[in-house]
Amino acid sequence: MSILEVQNLSISFKKYSKGLRQEQNQVIHNLNVSINRGEIVAVVGSSGSGKSLLAHAILGILPGNATVTGNIFYEGQLLTEQRKEELRGTEIVIIPQSVKFLDPLMKIGSQVQTSVRKRNAVTAQKKIFEKYKLHPTVEKLFPFQLSGGMARRVLVSMAVVSEASVIIADEPTPGLDMEVIKEAENSFRELADNGSGVMIITHDIEFALKVADKIAVFYAGTTVETAPVSDFSGKGENLRHPYTKALWRALPQNEFIPIKGSQPLANDMPAGCPFAPRCEQATSECSEGLPEERYIRDGMVRCIYAT
Amino acid sequence: MQLEALNVGFGYRKNNWTFRHIDLSLRKGEIVGLVGPSGAGKTTLGRILAGYEQPLEGTVKLNDAPLPKTGYHPVQLVFQHPEKAVNPKWRMKDILHEGWNPDDELLERLGIDRDWLQRWPNELSGGELQRFCVARALGPMTQFLIADEMTTMLDAITQAQIWQAVLDMAKKQNMGILVISHEAPLLDRLCSRIIDISSNVMREG
Repeated sequence: MSILEVQNLSISFKKYSKGLRQEQNQVIHNLNVSINRGEIVAVVGSSGSGKSLLAHAILGILPGNATVTGNIFYEGQLLTEQRKEELRGTEIVIIPQSVKFLDPLMKIGSQVQTSVRKRNAVTAQKKIFEKYKLHPTVEKLFPFQLSGGMARRVLVSMAVVSEASVIIADEPTPGLDMEVIKEAENSFRELADNGSGVMIITHDIEFALKVADKIAVFYAGTTVETAPVSDFSGKGENLRHPYTKALWRALPQNEFIPIKGSQPLANDMPAGCPFAPRCEQATSECSEGLPEERYIRDGMVRCIYAT
Repeated sequence: MQLEALNVGFGYRKNNWTFRHIDLSLRKGEIVGLVGPSGAGKTTLGRILAGYEQPLEGTVKLNDAPLPKTGYHPVQLVFQHPEKAVNPKWRMKDILHEGWNPDDELLERLGIDRDWLQRWPNELSGGELQRFCVARALGPMTQFLIADEMTTMLDAITQAQIWQAVLDMAKKQNMGILVISHEAPLLDRLCSRIIDISSNVMREG
């Protein structure tokens, strides 16, 4: 059974368009994703596609003008707003994008200690610092004094000491060099091996392929395909959705060939399949509503022509 | 025609050098990668080459003369975070036309939608803004382009789209490009050689 399951999640924002006129802007459409214990799932999509909102919806930290529909289950039980509040930071934790999410006036050591629940906070913190090669003097530093790589290790160590069962990492890689990225890969694998479910939200498909078991491809507010990592190989023949194939072909180590156009904006969504305007295989049928999820060859796809 | 850094050094505090003794030269039409660990000063070096920052020691020369202080700068820098590189109080068309007027063909190649020109920067995503930042830096008087993690935050398709357009323009105008990136496959694809700032040694690719 999956430890976390997101079913038919839709998120829309209420905003003012002109004067007092309000409009609803739907940014996530009927999204489904699930994570098992011991599994790493990467949600891959371009920046601005709203994938961080998925993390925020799971934790229940969306702003007040957001409307959420659909269900999120944790260990088979429905996550209500109240349960989200109880579980976040203990059972479900997030590794945020940057140190900006830390308390700027609290020293790193005591900040990490606040995440420990089951054991002695000080020894747990000291042990984890040793493991991530953080010098004991780092305990006495404030967040602004950390370098990018150190900050990343501090954020990961906070997630590790919390011993949470679901860990969501939001864009863990930008601006990090290979060595630190390698370290992040190992720490995520270790978390999963300890029985947690890990969700990595990233735009970096190479990193996702290295670290994850399963890739969920996010486009224009929904997951268009979920595929095992092994399907990303060769010329992408095993991939199901035309967008995923185009993404694979566009990688610099593959063919580096782009396709035309850009991802539609949330307030300018085409009717039907969001990828249809850029898709070579698109026909008039593709504009007749968002394609249903179909399960083929151990993966999910939202394309009526996928085989 | 070349852009040169001669024995350049920089640091923010006394006796605390971020880097020293950097020698680098970039010929016209050449695409060179710049790599190094976080905090080694890659971005700072890029800023020095584009004239945003003065080195504490050493000099930067363009065609054997110092960098010009006024007018259209022949060395253009594209930043990693486009949202910090556009004026939030200008419409996109004004931002785009600040330096020159790109033709429709370039806009189309970069995937810039005509409708976006009327929008404000906060109405576009990072990837969309970055297309504008690239377009405005590719004017006919640009001789060298510094691409500082230009496509790091973009998805692979947008990355390929932008680079293919930039490579075409660079070829047409015989522009030299310095690519600052962590992404080895991208550097291998684009560059004829790669400079490592931490050791300041060159490896031919």
